[in-house]
Amino acid sequence: MNRFLSKTVQAIPPSGIRKFFDLVAQTEGVISLGVGEPDFATPWHITETACYSLEKGETMYTSNQGLPELREEIAAYQKRHIGVEYSPGDEILVTIGVSEAVDLAVRALLEPGDEVLVPEPSYVSYCPEVTLAYGTPVPLPTYHGDQYRLRPDVLEKYITPKSKILVLPYPSNPTGGIMNYDDLKALVDIIIKNDLIVISDEIYSELTYYGKHVSIASFPGMRDRTIVMNGFSKAFAMTGWRVGYACGHPEIIAAMTKIHQYMIMCAPIMGQKAAIEALRHGEEEMRRMVDSYNYRRKIILSGLAGIGLDCFEPQGAFYCFPSIAISGMNSEVFCEKLLHEEQVAVVPGNAFGSNGDGFIRCCYAASIGNIEQAIERMGHFLRRHAYD
Amino acid sequence: MDLTKKILHLLERDAKLSPKAIAVMLDQDEAAIEAIIARLEKQRVILGYSTIINWDALGENGVTAMIDVKVAPEREVGFNDIAERIGRYPEVQSVSLMSGTYDLSVVVTGKNMQDIAGFISHKLSTLDRVQGTTTHFILKRYKQVGFSFEEPREDKRLVVSP
Repeated sequence: MNRFLSKTVQAIPPSGIRKFFDLVAQTEGVISLGVGEPDFATPWHITETACYSLEKGETMYTSNQGLPELREEIAAYQKRHIGVEYSPGDEILVTIGVSEAVDLAVRALLEPGDEVLVPEPSYVSYCPEVTLAYGTPVPLPTYHGDQYRLRPDVLEKYITPKSKILVLPYPSNPTGGIMNYDDLKALVDIIIKNDLIVISDEIYSELTYYGKHVSIASFPGMRDRTIVMNGFSKAFAMTGWRVGYACGHPEIIAAMTKIHQYMIMCAPIMGQKAAIEALRHGEEEMRRMVDSYNYRRKIILSGLAGIGLDCFEPQGAFYCFPSIAISGMNSEVFCEKLLHEEQVAVVPGNAFGSNGDGFIRCCYAASIGNIEQAIERMGHFLRRHAYD
Repeated sequence: MDLTKKILHLLERDAKLSPKAIAVMLDQDEAAIEAIIARLEKQRVILGYSTIINWDALGENGVTAMIDVKVAPEREVGFNDIAERIGRYPEVQSVSLMSGTYDLSVVVTGKNMQDIAGFISHKLSTLDRVQGTTTHFILKRYKQVGFSFEEPREDKRLVVSP
């Protein structure tokens, strides 16, 4: 049947994570540091609000852009979170998570052959979504030694006349790296000079451990050329609700809304109701969760150092990305052997781009007991294999 | 939040956390954490370390009662002396002064209802200033000091996800 399939789709490689997932799912007694979501259930007051709204029979479509009350809450939240004001009327679109928002943005902006600059290692969806929109993804290497910040010289080096979009996925999945004020400031002139649009994926922006997240949209001249994307999955432990949003210039939001209205209609109303409650009353609980990730971040870093794995200190998200150079293995071999011999699941770094090879992603949204046990098992593994 | 409070919040949730683990979590050195905990114990901010046990799960059929006690307060000491006096009985788990229609809430455990009946008729009611009691037996526990007696939530997340 392959002859019927689109060449574009056929050319996209299957996700490296999928293959590894199948392996893990077949193994018994696994401690997994391979997940990509919080280990908390959605705070009860949020879930309860959604239940109540269902009981009241609120089961209909909403406006394409999302419930007006939700957009108002998002506008107020973005103002206090990143200090940028958006009009709820025409500058905010509620989506099915940030993944949909990225898809809408690239489809709304790209002509065939336009180039999209994507720092790597990074989340698995950006490049395929660009390819599906007939754009050309251009990976920008980022390095362990730079704590995976995007360097201005690297950005400049990869810009061509066809470059149109820069994706800024910080705090980063999989590395936990962030871009602080100075790091971003160093990019602003280059972005403006080359007339780029920025997709700023800020889904982990509440999960920062040394001061507040800074958004590129807050720099002079950047607001209208940036599409800020965020959602409820990580900060409010709402992955399964599938609610995210995009904020940006009204013409861009209108173009994205055009695609969204034909393919999705609207995000599910129960998720939107839950999201309103999260923004109105969820921040205290969110801060408690962030504190808890921070404790576990320190425990896993101390543990990794103890078994000799070199890792820079990640300042955001809930991942760390240690080097496995001392094992002499590549990421996939390391992860498969570790799973097979010690029943610990971590994700091979090359699943997030080829320059992630030689690293593994460990998620510390796991219980302290499981983190400690996983580290102990990894220690046994390394004692057997380091330098062999 | 200051360091002392952070330590107390962590221990309140998990008294088995070692000073070493707390030191890692709070970016401190172990000796400093040990010193603070020792000070808090000495100041009786930390009164002790106990374990939350679901005795029902073992089929133990001990009985717990909450007793509302009406007491005549006394000049100068109010309720303090009588509350402390009630608290000296080892079967008493807690004593609190309440707002509302009665004065002291006393939680008592015993092997069976007769045990508790005996405590009330022989010990509690005979105290001079106790004017009356109402006893409520606990039938089933659902949550205690922040810990739910429900089955723990299973981790249903995908084992590996992007």
